[in-house]
Amino acid sequence: MNVPMPPTNGGCRSAPVLKERGQREVFCGLTGIIWLHRKMQDAFFLVVGSRTCAHLLQSAAGVMIFAEPRFGTAILEESDLAGLADAHEELDREVARLLERRPDIRQLFLVGSCPSEVIKIDLSRAAERLSQVHAPHVRVLNYSGSGIETTFTQGEDACLASMVPVLKDTTARELLVVGALPDVVEDQMMGLLADLGIGPVRLLPARRIDDTTAVGENTVFALTQPFLGDTHAALERCGARHLAAPFPFGDEGTTAWLRAIAVEFGVSEETFEAVTAAPRARARKAIAQASEALRGKSVFFFPDSQLEIPLARFLTRECGMTAVEVGSPYIHDALHGPDLDLLPAGPQISEGQDVDKQLARARAARPDLTVCGLGLANPLEAEGLSTKWAIELVFTPVHFYEQAGDLAGLFSRPLRRKSVLRMEAAE
Amino acid sequence: MKLTVWTYEGPPHVGAMRVATAMKGLHYVLHAPQGDTYADLLFTMIERRNHRPPVTYTTFQARDLGSDTATLFKESCQDAVDRFDPQAIIVGASCTAELIQDDPAGLAETMGLSIPVIPLELPSYQRKENFGADETFYQIVKHLAQPQARTQRVTCNILGPTALGFRHRDDVEEITGLLSDLGIVVNVVAPLGATPADIAMLPAAHFNVLLCPETGEAAARWLEKNHQQPYTKIVPIGVGATRDFIAEIGDIIGKPVLIDESRLRMPWWSRSVDSTYLTGKRVFIFGDGTHVAAHARIARDEMGFEVVGIGCYNREMARPIRALAKEYGVTALITDDYLEVEQTIETLSPEMILGTQMERHIGKRLGIPCAVISAPVHVQDFPARYSPQVGFEGANVIFDTLIHPLVMGLEEHLLTMFRDDFEFHDAAGPSHHGGHSPLPGEDASGGDISGHKKDEAPLHSDNIIWLRDAEKELKKIPFFVRGKARRNTETYAAEKGLNQISLDTLYEAKAHYAR
Repeated sequence: MNVPMPPTNGGCRSAPVLKERGQREVFCGLTGIIWLHRKMQDAFFLVVGSRTCAHLLQSAAGVMIFAEPRFGTAILEESDLAGLADAHEELDREVARLLERRPDIRQLFLVGSCPSEVIKIDLSRAAERLSQVHAPHVRVLNYSGSGIETTFTQGEDACLASMVPVLKDTTARELLVVGALPDVVEDQMMGLLADLGIGPVRLLPARRIDDTTAVGENTVFALTQPFLGDTHAALERCGARHLAAPFPFGDEGTTAWLRAIAVEFGVSEETFEAVTAAPRARARKAIAQASEALRGKSVFFFPDSQLEIPLARFLTRECGMTAVEVGSPYIHDALHGPDLDLLPAGPQISEGQDVDKQLARARAARPDLTVCGLGLANPLEAEGLSTKWAIELVFTPVHFYEQAGDLAGLFSRPLRRKSVLRMEAAE
Repeated sequence: MKLTVWTYEGPPHVGAMRVATAMKGLHYVLHAPQGDTYADLLFTMIERRNHRPPVTYTTFQARDLGSDTATLFKESCQDAVDRFDPQAIIVGASCTAELIQDDPAGLAETMGLSIPVIPLELPSYQRKENFGADETFYQIVKHLAQPQARTQRVTCNILGPTALGFRHRDDVEEITGLLSDLGIVVNVVAPLGATPADIAMLPAAHFNVLLCPETGEAAARWLEKNHQQPYTKIVPIGVGATRDFIAEIGDIIGKPVLIDESRLRMPWWSRSVDSTYLTGKRVFIFGDGTHVAAHARIARDEMGFEVVGIGCYNREMARPIRALAKEYGVTALITDDYLEVEQTIETLSPEMILGTQMERHIGKRLGIPCAVISAPVHVQDFPARYSPQVGFEGANVIFDTLIHPLVMGLEEHLLTMFRDDFEFHDAAGPSHHGGHSPLPGEDASGGDISGHKKDEAPLHSDNIIWLRDAEKELKKIPFFVRGKARRNTETYAAEKGLNQISLDTLYEAKAHYAR
């Protein structure tokens, strides 16, 4: 089978990690709601927080906020802070009003925020109570998307982890694929797995609550996203076993990811080759075209989504880039290890952030491409650095074979744009 | 608790950021949890600033909670001062830090910094963004303004423009030009573009121009009380308001002022015959109090619209807006709940909405044209081109802005005459948005080539004959509406039981279908 060749100079798994603490220029976990609610079509996400939380969701959601989204914020007011006694009554009332207006909602997530965590509103108790009140039509769960506990994509992790304890029990030997993917990508993945003869395959999250996702001692699970540490732990607590693999970005990542599953389910080498040969060839061709502008260029990753390590692996191995620094908000050996093994030694691996120090390193290195958040992108462009804003990588279909070319394209477009714009200031 | 999806205003510390980002040489140390840095992208993306806002966040996390956060705040504060070398800093807490009670002001004062430290008290659970901006600017002025002699020449300050302000960049330029035409030099514009050293010089001016009451009024009042500087009460948005503003300045400086109005095109544009169709258009106006008040006057007195409703989301302006509504004979809507605004618009069913980004989307949903007149706005309302709201050029800009979403005059005429025609039906919408207008079901055949051929086919249907005069007259109608005229006339004839169409029948039909 197509085993990826480890780098000749050794990988990055044992490379020293620069651990920094200081100002972090990152989103909080509430942002995960923006894409999670699109995936889970019968779920509503109710943040219990402040005006800041509502403002953040509005800023992050952009124009989506006007399409009757299935999320909102119960804004804490002065009276809610005065005494905790009525916070639960207030919440019950708002939830009742909400569910009355939206009878199509089957799962309600009470999402904790910094303010609700700091004043310690017991949302898990509220979720239990409200589950009883609104059973059997609506299931109410709780997780925290607060900035003090979660960074950006960790919000999805916290959400999925909160669902694990209420999943059905099963003794069947089944594959569970974990991580919210765009529908089109999910369909491609299911098609590949079906062609390999693997099934039934369960998904977490499922598109609707009625879809049966179950877990038990014979479950094996694969992660499609690198930020699912808590969900990983919760599933292992249920006795499920993780199939460690690089994440399915690019030709190599997708093949390695599928291979880990194929080996587990005893798929023959002939079958594997027959199923993957054509899409692999397509992916390689698309990557080759889209990555022309990337060859020999250097890339610098600011921490954002935990996608940085697998993406750096893709860009260095399949697009011919050199990584200068790969920053990640958190590095989790069981999840990021396989990608670190494949990432050629050389780049500084950093965990956490002190943004001003990191900016100084980026300025000194003057990378050809800097992957960062929107708060830094325009300021760095103004300093003459080309940037790729990282959030798009979470919203856009980028996983598996058919998107591999698009993924390379996301990184090459800023460089191509820089080369086509000819507007030097008049003398 | 209150369930919210859309908020017109951010929390007050975002208002403080708007002041800090507007200024130079000032740094904001904000005690806030990880994640609150999201607000940076409002400035770097919506306003497209080419630098990071001058804000240092402590970005504390769960593991820092406890006594540690106070140390964290002090360290961040010291780091920021060392790294950015500001002339002064403002310090405060965001909503979460307000709950953990670290007292940033007290902590910063004990650090013995050599620059002014301005503490902010912004109650996050009671007040909002505009208050935050107003209060922050007031505190900065109060701490830094120095008593001093007036300048020899007549000078004024321009107070209120901030970062993320709706058209503040160009408003400052326009009003500076207008004042210069009046022979008045601008002493300091603040907060936009001012340094703490500039703030110290505010009292040297003879008076203040309060450009944005939402974000500058507290400072203007304080300067009036403590430095005897009168400030202007009229915001010069619209032709009438600009003329009144000029007269107000004349009163302040004690001599009549005259100004060249040769660049002011709006009054003639509005009086020209093509604008006649604007008369009595029913408009609903919503936004921040200042822009709503200005646009109510423009709508009624300068555009000839009928104002059917006004309202604002900032309760600081509730009183003047209520008074104004009374004057216009309508009920004021003071709310920050967009669902309430939507409901009101549905009830009033105006022909046009003047509002914020949110009303633009409500308008889109309800099929009502909308022009954006106030924050909150999105990236397209921070344009590259010069587009002020104030002064004479502002009036020109506003005229164009208000008429663009509307169906053009001739178009509307045709819509009325041939209202079910495939090209000129009501649902086709204004020409600017024509690209995605729906075709009416029945008449869609008229849109293809065979449809045109049909129009030119011999002029008799199964049992209706066109008389020669009528046929000649029909051919005088422009080809693109001829088919509809023919069908309408034939339908009319059939309804009346006529089997011939005369010239009279044609005109009777036209009269029948005209609204």
